[in-house]
Amino acid sequence: MAAVVDSLPAEERTRAVARRRRGRRETRAALLFISPWIIGFLVFTAWPLVNSAYLSLTDYDVINDPNFVGLDNYRQLFEDPKIATSLGNTLFYAAVQVPLYVLVSLALAMLLNKAGRAAGFFRTAFYLPNMTPPVAVGVLLLLVFNGQNGLINEVLGFFGIDGPNWTTDPNWVKPAIILTSLWSVGSSMIILLAALRNVPQELYDAARVDGANGWQRTVRITIPMISGALFFVVVINTIAAFQTFTEAYTAFFGSGNTTYGNEAALFYVIYLFQQAFEFLNMGYASAMAWVLFVIILLITLVQLRVSKRLVYYEGEQR
Amino acid sequence: MRRSVARLVVGATAVALTLGACAQGTGGGSDDGTADAGAAGDFDPEAQLSGSLDVMGFGTGDEIATTRVDRAKEALGEDVEVKLVEGDLDIQQFLSAVASGQPPELIYANRDQIGTFASRGAIIPLTQCIAGEGITTDDFRDPAIDQVTFDGEIYGIPEFNSIQVTMANSELLDAAGLTIEDVNGSDWEALSAANEALKKGDGGSLSVIGYDSKLPEFLPLWAHANGTDLISEDGRTAQLNDPKVVEALEWAISIYDAQGGFPAVKAFRDSADFFGAGNQFAAGSLGAMPMEQWYINVLNDVSPDAPMAFDTVHDRNGEPIAYASGSAWAIPKGTDNPAAACRWARVMTEVDSWVAAAEARKSLRAEEGKPFTGVLTGNEAADEAVRELVEPSGDEVWDAGVTAMYEANDNTFSLPANPADAEFKTAWQDAVNSVLNGQAEPQEALDAAQETAQAALDQAWQKWEQEG
Repeated sequence: MAAVVDSLPAEERTRAVARRRRGRRETRAALLFISPWIIGFLVFTAWPLVNSAYLSLTDYDVINDPNFVGLDNYRQLFEDPKIATSLGNTLFYAAVQVPLYVLVSLALAMLLNKAGRAAGFFRTAFYLPNMTPPVAVGVLLLLVFNGQNGLINEVLGFFGIDGPNWTTDPNWVKPAIILTSLWSVGSSMIILLAALRNVPQELYDAARVDGANGWQRTVRITIPMISGALFFVVVINTIAAFQTFTEAYTAFFGSGNTTYGNEAALFYVIYLFQQAFEFLNMGYASAMAWVLFVIILLITLVQLRVSKRLVYYEGEQR
Repeated sequence: MRRSVARLVVGATAVALTLGACAQGTGGGSDDGTADAGAAGDFDPEAQLSGSLDVMGFGTGDEIATTRVDRAKEALGEDVEVKLVEGDLDIQQFLSAVASGQPPELIYANRDQIGTFASRGAIIPLTQCIAGEGITTDDFRDPAIDQVTFDGEIYGIPEFNSIQVTMANSELLDAAGLTIEDVNGSDWEALSAANEALKKGDGGSLSVIGYDSKLPEFLPLWAHANGTDLISEDGRTAQLNDPKVVEALEWAISIYDAQGGFPAVKAFRDSADFFGAGNQFAAGSLGAMPMEQWYINVLNDVSPDAPMAFDTVHDRNGEPIAYASGSAWAIPKGTDNPAAACRWARVMTEVDSWVAAAEARKSLRAEEGKPFTGVLTGNEAADEAVRELVEPSGDEVWDAGVTAMYEANDNTFSLPANPADAEFKTAWQDAVNSVLNGQAEPQEALDAAQETAQAALDQAWQKWEQEG
């Protein structure tokens, strides 16, 4: 590069040097501006990641020095029956909750898209529950789904249906948690609503001219056109589903309910939390965290692979 | 909305490591950071103290706390700056603080956590503190001291005692032709029959719970009533699948099965206005149950006209029993001011402080027109002194409750400290929960729990012995 500059006429050479200096200044400024994030990333993400990988190979109780045990923690994972239970619960939850959550979000977004002037009010109304602290949602779960006098069973009773003991019957605990998770459906709904608003009206007009009915317009135009947003919502909610913790912990394992921990609600991260902060097995908990990371990574990679065939991005060249 | 606890673990452990690496020594009362390593003279009750005293896990919520805190501050003198970190003890915060070399001077923990903290080296033995400050441990109740004694040394100064009393609805008992003796636990067959007579409805249509055996939390009570404990006296051997424990669980479960199963009873129990005027006794929706003594005051406050009957819980030989639990003061390893911590623990738990606190409560209760029902301190001498302040209210029912409470307090047992407290407790509670949920039979569940608990105990004791 320097040789190229040297071969230029003097005036152009001066301009090139000035450009280069300006470029370096801009690079320095850019690095300075993003340095808080870089430092934060290194200190609070990269360094803990490296450390947790190391700790997963140790026996560590926070107080005493970590004791290197090789792959013992990972071997122990395969022998621990609670790993299978908690992973099974989590997989069931993710498999049912994510599709339901996305479908409800999409349905609400499509309704709001047609709501005209009232859309603003309903958008706020549906989003407001997201402001509720997850701990409060956990308590709400116990109240709303109480088998004797909870709101859900009262409503079912109005229609002559005897509701189950949602919060105490192991068969109904996970459905109750899944339904409770819909409390926060507003956040995904907002994303999908924004995507729906960006679908060009001309496409629908052309489809109408061609005689397409509502279902065909939805399946052939709406869904493909918002598939990017849908994919984002699916990926984000899948990751969140695998990390579900607060509501179930509050309802079934928290301080008010410590003696009755319903195993049907023992999600993977709850068990990880117990190992780390109740049993002080930080090494084992770190190994659990890495296994969860790998599971989520694999599922996300599969989703990315599938998305290449199903997701439409505007302006994308294929 | 959901917290990534996986990320939290990673962050917490790394922060602990980072801080630990940066720590420049741990201070403390002696070279190795343990108060115990110093001489008894380091803890002189007449010594002038200074510095700071950070207390983690203790709040001044009522007059029992504030009265004693005022006395403790006075004993420490003006040169000691006291800071209370209120709320329940945050274990992770505490252990991280110890690991980073910046521990609080004192913690207020549940007694059943002391064994785990001691085995991890997070707290120090209090032998020299007790000798130096002149804490009269002989005054304390033996079960309370047992809970804070790990491998032969005392690691905590106990305070408060939580015990159980049989509480019943006298109108429901009368209507069924029963007395409080039928539901006090001395005869399990009679109690099962009383349960059948008291309960109304079944499963989904339950309208009165006959008897609530309070599983899973009271399995230790029923096992003890049947002549055994969940763990050996030395805290080394789990006894979860002892035939007497299995029998106790089978019986306690049968109480729920007779009422449509635990899920139905629990759902109905959860629907009660437990702390309100519409509580299950006032509403006539519960026949009887064993319950901690503080609930007597709740009931007296919110439903003084509820038709109550009280008795102790009895074992199968007819002797009163109660499963004791409570709190304790402990000094973390590496603390800067163990002398102040020790004096605080001494003053907070000494007889005169409890009496002053009880007098404060008595006068407040008198202002409200309510009887003073006593305070259980974990200190036998203090209990006796406080009991002298308790006067009959004139209401036989509530006075019987207070009498039962004191009788139970004189007949307590506890489980010994061990280095795997949390894992042990989780093992037996998980076993009971799996039976309650119909996922396992008692013998099968307790066999599995025995294996898990014993493995955790063996590993923890082995580690303690290797590192000790």
